Amino acid sequence: MTAEQLHPLLSGYAESQGIRLNKDREFVMDILRGLLTNEQRYGYRSCPCRLAWGTKERDADIICPCVYRDPDIKEYGSCYCELYVSVEWNEGKREHRQVPERRPKEKRKM
Amino acid sequence: MAKKKTKIRLYTLSTCSHCLRTKKFFKEIGIDAEVTDVDLLTGDEREKIMNEVRKLNPDCTFPTICIDDKVVVGFNEERIRKALGE
Repeated sequence: MTAEQLHPLLSGYAESQGIRLNKDREFVMDILRGLLTNEQRYGYRSCPCRLAWGTKERDADIICPCVYRDPDIKEYGSCYCELYVSVEWNEGKREHRQVPERRPKEKRKM
Repeated sequence: MAKKKTKIRLYTLSTCSHCLRTKKFFKEIGIDAEVTDVDLLTGDEREKIMNEVRKLNPDCTFPTICIDDKVVVGFNEERIRKALGE
């Protein structure tokens, strides 16, 4: 699958959940390419903005959409990667802030 | 006297779009940066680099941007420009 094929699928999925994909298409394509690269590497879509352990069990919480996405969108209007965002974030009604890493340190590949 | 050349070191992930933005930014402003995509390293080499990242950025998140002795975590253009002394 290519990033171009994946985009409409994830866009529809996001809308079904009342959120959106980031409207910056070029930026989103970079993220999707990262996701697909990780899927080829590890066999699952590990978050492209986090260093993966490489085993599904240890990376379960950061398989996209990660478990941190919804609390991040609630608090900041976007997920850590800025792939998934709120409607207001896309419309510029929310400040675009850098989302701090919510994943607990003990889970991180450090 | 020639201005001392700023040393830029980027610790990044090859799959991360914020890291990509960071690399593009330094290219656009014409400043050379030493870039290390940590996810492409393995074994001792990766461990050595991760030790460096841990010291610079205990959170071990990416991108970790070193501008001489200043560290900026995440692609934050304002903070980067400030660290560049602009």
